[in-house]
Formats: sequence, C-alpha cells, structure tokens
Amino acid sequence: MLIKQLSIFLENKSGRLNEVSQILGSNGINMSAFSVADTSEFGILRLIVSDPERACKVLRDNQFSVSLTDVVCLNCPNEPGALAKALQILSDNKISIEYLYAYSMGDSANVVLKPDQLELCIKVLQEHKMELVKASELYKI
Amino acid sequence: MIWNEKIECASREEMEVIQSERLCETVKRIYHNVPAYRKKMQEVGLTAYDIHGISDLHKLPFTIKTDLRDNYPYGLFTVPMSEIVRLHASSGTTGKPIVVGYTRKDIQMWAEVVSRSLTMAGVHRDDIVQIAYGYGLFTGGLGLHYGTENMGASVIPISGGNTHKQIQLMEDFGSSVLCCTPSYALNIAEVMKEMNVDIKNLKLRVGIFGAEPWSEAMRKDIEAKLGIKAIDIYGLSEIVGPGVSCECEHQCGMHINEDHFLPEIINPETLEPMAPGEVGELVFTTITKEGIPLIRYRTRDLTRLIYDKCVCGRTLVRMEKCKGRSDDMLIIRGVNVFPSQVESVLLSMSEVEPHYLIIVDREGTLDKMSLLVEVQEQFFSDEIKKLEDLRVKIARNLDSVLGISVNVKLVEPKTIERTAGKAKRVIDNRKI
Repeated sequence: MLIKQLSIFLENKSGRLNEVSQILGSNGINMSAFSVADTSEFGILRLIVSDPERACKVLRDNQFSVSLTDVVCLNCPNEPGALAKALQILSDNKISIEYLYAYSMGDSANVVLKPDQLELCIKVLQEHKMELVKASELYKI
Repeated sequence: MIWNEKIECASREEMEVIQSERLCETVKRIYHNVPAYRKKMQEVGLTAYDIHGISDLHKLPFTIKTDLRDNYPYGLFTVPMSEIVRLHASSGTTGKPIVVGYTRKDIQMWAEVVSRSLTMAGVHRDDIVQIAYGYGLFTGGLGLHYGTENMGASVIPISGGNTHKQIQLMEDFGSSVLCCTPSYALNIAEVMKEMNVDIKNLKLRVGIFGAEPWSEAMRKDIEAKLGIKAIDIYGLSEIVGPGVSCECEHQCGMHINEDHFLPEIINPETLEPMAPGEVGELVFTTITKEGIPLIRYRTRDLTRLIYDKCVCGRTLVRMEKCKGRSDDMLIIRGVNVFPSQVESVLLSMSEVEPHYLIIVDREGTLDKMSLLVEVQEQFFSDEIKKLEDLRVKIARNLDSVLGISVNVKLVEPKTIERTAGKAKRVIDNRKI
C-alpha cells in the first residue's frame, strides 16, 4: 500500500523541470503522476514513476537532490462527494494531510496523499472499505 | 578652529620626542603585565629595555586579530578588571568577537581624539549633533557621543534605524551635524525625497561618515543630496574606535592622532616597511592606551601616509582614503564580516556542508548580503516547511554571529564551484 514517491529539489531556474523530464525519458522511465510545490525561492517536484529506485539513481547521477517518500494512493469514484467522504474519515480519526494531488481517469480518480500518520491512515481507510492502489499498479499507469 | 593646537601643529621633532617617550612607556607596560606579549617579545630576543624610541619600533613583533581571539576575552588587558570602565566588541574572524577594554583615562583620551576630529571637520560647541551610528557594543555610537559631549556640542543619541524618525528629528531639533555610515546617509537622502523634505529647510551643515569604505564619487553624491560637507572619519575598535584619524575641512587626507596612535605602512607580504609615500598596509601602535594597548597592530587596510604640513596648518600625518584590504574582510552596512565566520556557522550545523557563496549587492543605497548554500542529499526534505525552517535557522544563526541579516538561498547540489585552490567564496557586486 505504500507508494514510493520521488521528491526533487529544484531551484527557480528556467529549464530545470525540462531537464528532469529529459533525464527520465532518456532512461526509459515513465511518469504516472506529478505535482510541483513552489515558494518564491525554490520548488519541490513530486513524482510517481514506473521505477522509483532507478529514477532516484539516474537523477542523483545528474546532480539532483532526490529523496524517496512513502505516500498512499486512494482510488475513489469519479463523482461529487467522493473525495469529501474520504477526507471526512481522515478528519474524524484526527489524521492530518501534509499534501495531496489527484487526477481523474474515467470512472474513478486517484488521490495521492501524504498523511501525518501513514500506518494509521492506511488502517482507517481500509476499515472503511476505501480502495488503496497498490504500488505496482500505480507505477504502471 | 583647532582643538589642541600645541599637538596638532607640533613640529616633526617635537612629535617624535613625545612618541618615543610614550612608546617606551607602553612597551614596559605590556611587557610587565601581559604574559602573551612578554612571550612574543622574548621569542624575538627582546625585553622592554631594548626599546629606546621610535627608531626601534620595527624590532617589535606584530599583533594580529587572532592574537586577540587567542587571548579572548581579557588576556591582553594590562590592568585588572576593576580598572576597566567600558568594554566594546567587534567582529572576529570566526564566532568569537574581538573584545577591547577601556580605563577611565582611555575613555577621556578617546573623547579627546574625537573632539579633535569633530573640530577639524568644522563642528563647534553650538552644533546639534545627530548620532545615527549604532549604540551598543559597536564603538561608533558611543565614540562620537563622548567626543561631542566633551566639546560641549548637543548630542542627539538616536542610534541607527527608523529613518522617518531620523528625518523628523532633523527638522524639529534643527540638527546641524549628522554622524552615520555613508550608505545610511544616502538612504536618509532617498527617504527625504519620498517624504518631500526640502533640504533647504534643514539646518544640516556637516556630515561625519565612516565605518565603511566610500569613494569620492559617493562623497559628491552625499554632499549634493544633503547640502552638506561630507567628512571622512576613520577608526577601528582594536585601536580605540572612531577618531583614530579624520579629515579636516580641506578633505585632503585624514589627520592621524599620532601622539596616541603611531602609524606605519608595511608590505603585507614581506612585512617590511614601505618607502615613504608608498601604498601598503596600515599598522598602528597605541602609545597611550592603558586597557588594551596594542603593538604594531596590522589593520589590513591599504593606504599611504602624507607627511607634508596641511593647508589647515596641522602637521599631524595624513592617511589617504583606504584603497582596499589585504585580507578577505567585507564591510556590510558598516559591519565587519569575514567569510570564515559564515563557514564556522555552516560547519556547526549538521544539515549543511560548507559549500557556500556570498553575494553582496547594493540595492539603492543599502548593502544586502545573500548567502547561497547547497541543499545536501541527506537533509533534503520532501516538505517545503522543513526546507523553509532550515533556511530560517541558517539565517538566524548567521545573524547571531555576524550581527547582520542575511538572505539565505538554498541551491542545488554541486552548483557552487569547487576549485583545487582557494575557493572563491565572495562575489561583491557593489561599485563603491
């Protein structure tokens, strides 16, 4: 249930994002999801890729500061109120969300989230019959 | 007007007699009271009785900043603490500051040399003097304060900052003299313009500017914008503070109070004296201080000495505006900053490695120091919050050691040049 997400430090310089995608592309690594968190000084690029360990290595070889973070991915129906239901469950169980990013694909949506308490989050979501995406499946998307 | 005509217009012979006598007294004082100095002298085969006058000065060993650091805090004082009435401190090359101590007599001497400086700049007892140098451990504020009071002029001890208030008081109190750093003077001028203050309505006549290097071009700029005569004053805490030397109204070099501070110019590489009139490193020996006298202290400032009598009538030797330094010290908003201080802060923090670059800019009139630090793998965090906290922590640690605020910027690894030799740690974009 734990997804290995890449986090990459990027200075606010033009071309950095491009360079990351070039490196991954030329190494045959596919990106399933991504999000950029930015401040005025720098950004953190968060990626779900087809081969996180290898991606980490090739990026580090190219002088990027990379870390792997454990996140979870919730799959919920692509309809109004679906996300709200999941977030309510977390809130009731006093689980905070550091960040999340999501995308819809047809009937369902994938929500990648970083909770402050990973194990508890997984436990609670499973207890409520929420579907958690397996890492191997997510990397393939 | 001359504050102390007998000294300031003494003949070279009279001055040399005074200096020789005082040098011998000082050498005896430090030899008998400071183990560190006695050791230094004995190492070169000298005792106090081998020095008979200023012609023996070159035999004495030099003193450098690390001597003060190695004897921190009071190791170089020649008197017990019960006789020290004031302590001041300034930047050292690492985390520890340089500490100086003053006896009552030292404080009186300091006031005397500042009074001489103010007088030669054209200040008189009816002036209202706004002292916008920082008050505190820094010698600027209190140095000008005591010298101004000593000559009977009126002190406004406003210290630095709060520019709107500075200008308001200038208008309301009728300040006729302004004392601050030259870059702050330009800042005041800028804010005056924003406030639509007409300098013709102010009583400002003279400015006494120092604590950082400034060019003739900057002088003309300040004089035009504030409608004043801008005078250069020089000093360093180790020697006494401001008042070591100062320009007279003719602005043709700063008269050194050489009956208290004996100057030399040396070659910073060979340490040999330079020929008269040549540019080299300025060295001072304090010959009247009791608290912490220093023998042949290397200032690292580069300049030359002019021994001709000045148009003003004074015979006190003049030094030209400093042309640079023989070390890597920076002066930012009047504060001394050493790259090695930055390094010591970074080394004390496990989250960063000391791969850094200092960039100094002057935005408008004020200096700004930015520090680029590489984000290290093991401490790179997935959370913005943690990186922000790291940035703030670095800035806070730097502020506490350097005394100025620094804009810390995290950069990608390996973006700061690695060199085989001495790394280039500073990019100074200021055109002074």
